Parts: sequence; C-alpha cells; structure tokens
Amino acid sequence: MIVGERKTFEQIWDSIKDLKSVLILGCGTCVAVCQAGGEKEVGLLASELRMKSQLAGKDIKIGEATIERQCDREFFDSIKDKAREYDAILSMACGAGVQYTAEVLEPIRAIPALNTRFIGVTEQEGNWAERCRACGNCVLADYGGICPMTICAKSLVNGPCGGSKNGKCEAGQDKDCAWVLIYNRLKKQNRLGDLHKVLAVKDYSKQTHPGRYINEVYLKPKMEEKSA
Amino acid sequence: MENAQFEPVVVAFCCHYCAYSAADLAGSMRLEYSPNVRIVRILCTGKVDTLHLLKAFEDGADAVYVAGCEEGSCHFQEGNLRAKMKVIQGKKLLQEIGLEPERLAMYNISASNSVLFAKAADEMTEIARKLGPNPLKKARGEVK
Repeated sequence: MIVGERKTFEQIWDSIKDLKSVLILGCGTCVAVCQAGGEKEVGLLASELRMKSQLAGKDIKIGEATIERQCDREFFDSIKDKAREYDAILSMACGAGVQYTAEVLEPIRAIPALNTRFIGVTEQEGNWAERCRACGNCVLADYGGICPMTICAKSLVNGPCGGSKNGKCEAGQDKDCAWVLIYNRLKKQNRLGDLHKVLAVKDYSKQTHPGRYINEVYLKPKMEEKSA
Repeated sequence: MENAQFEPVVVAFCCHYCAYSAADLAGSMRLEYSPNVRIVRILCTGKVDTLHLLKAFEDGADAVYVAGCEEGSCHFQEGNLRAKMKVIQGKKLLQEIGLEPERLAMYNISASNSVLFAKAADEMTEIARKLGPNPLKKARGEVK
C-alpha cells in the first residue's frame, strides 16, 4: 500500500484558514489502511477544524466525504455535485489522489492534508515500513525476496558496503543491512551459490518519470475501420 | 465572579464491567459525588474512539473522561489499554486546536471501588470549574 502521514494540524489550518468552505475528502484504500486518510481520519480532522474555526472566530463550512479511491475517475461521480458547493477540497489521499482530485474536479482547488511517505507494509499495528521503491525493474527473485534498492540505504545491488557492521547499517543502528538479510535468506533457501552469479546490469531507464504503463487488452476497444 | 453560576457539563464514558458498576455501588452506598457528571455506559472502553471524545467537546462538554477497568483486568484483554492510547491522542488533538488537554482524562476504576468513582467525578468537575466553560461555548456566545 501507499503509506501516508498526516501533515501537522498547524500546516493544515494555515492552508485553509482563509477559505469560506472546505470539503475534506478521504480515500478508502491505501491511506485508510495506514490510518492516515480514511473515513475515520476525515471525521477526526473535520471535528478538529470545526472547533478550531469556531475558536478563531471564523465560520468555515467543513464538509466530509470519503470515496473508495481518489486515483480512479469513476469514484468521483458520487461527490462531484457536492464538491461544487465548496471553495476547496482538502484531500486526505496520497499525492496521486490529490493530483487526480484537482484534475477531475477542476477548477476546484485541491489541498493536500497528508505527506505521502512510501510503498510499504504493516509490520505491526500502527507501524508501517517501506518495502518498494517502484524502480520499474524488479530484482527480488535474485535476492531472496529482499529488495536491496529499498532496504539498503545506498541501494547497492552488488553486495554490502564497508559500513555494514553486526548486521546493521552505518546510516543508523535501527536499520538492518540489506545484504546481511539477503545472505541469511539465501542461506535458508540453500541458494547461497546464487550470489556467485553475474547478473545483468540493472536497467535504470524505467525510472524516468512521469511513468506510464499501458495494457492494450484493457484499453477501450475501437471498431476497425472498413476499407471502401 | 464570572463563573459563579457556571455548572460544568462532564461526560464520563464508563465501562459496563467496572466503572459503571462502581457508580451503581456508589449509589447503593449513598456516596455523594458531583451531579455534573453525565455517564455514558459502554460495553468496554476499548470501544471508545478519539472521535467520540472530540464530539463530546464539540457538543459543549466542559470535561470528558474515560473510566475503564484497572490495567490487566479488562474483560476483553486490552480494551482499557486501547482507551488509554485514545485519550492520549485526544489530548494531543485538543492541544493542537487550542483547548486545554487537562479537560480530558483516563481513570481505571474497579467495580468495587465506588470511592474512587466518586473521587474521579468530583476531580473532573473541579478541573472543569477551574478551567472555566469550554472555550467553544464562549466562541459560540452560549456563555459569557
């Protein structure tokens, strides 16, 4: 999932305090799972902003809505009319969701309420960790399912650097050395020999952005033009 | 003198198994406690969400507290510990918007501890009295 983290209340308040009305728009997928921008978080932020607005002697109309995903156009249909009643949308989605909100609901302003952190997993309740950098050229099969691009602070794909000590990284003792993890995993899989393989140079060209991926099977079908 | 007429509204989210039973016992024992407390009975304090706490303040409560079982004796293992975290979060959110976090508290009251129940009710009422009316009510012009 994409993991987000709510901006500070001060930052959010600064971005909306001069508006007359704001619709807080939650996203029911990734950021709802990481408890940063789902329906419940929309309720909490709305309650906070309503109270702050009253305490500041302002009368900002605060609306609440949550859609399934802010990265799919179809889900905006249900809130399009409602959104027009507001000066701006305070989007609690990831950066992609905020941009799509601004695009689909143009010209209504979209303001981000979250900082998008990373693609990650839930390690424990309330504890999320990065697992993928979306490099566009997955090498996990060669490294025992541990991503050196993500877990290694230097994204080294050819073994540990000199800063690896007792399984930890020189960039921080709370960080595991990706290459020790890879070694241990391959050992458990009886695949240590794979480390001797000479792998092809990693193709970094897929990292150019903005990225785009097209699956022709799912493109809108067109009738073939008949020749006269 | 402004607050001479002020009678705080205190909302208490009480666990059915402990604090609520303690309130019953306090009644049976004819213990006197602050009549300002409005009790909301819940099955377990683990059900309390930060949103409930904020809404109580939004609706004009002057103080709010959650009263759950003693740590280690929750009927649902860790409901009261979860409630504690919600209260901590609630205090943080109150501070963010400029309300006094002291208006919100967590108590652990066993079913037999009616004395502590009465003390908590008096304590929270006293805190609300000292802090004065919920600033939101002032902002809305509901109190002077």
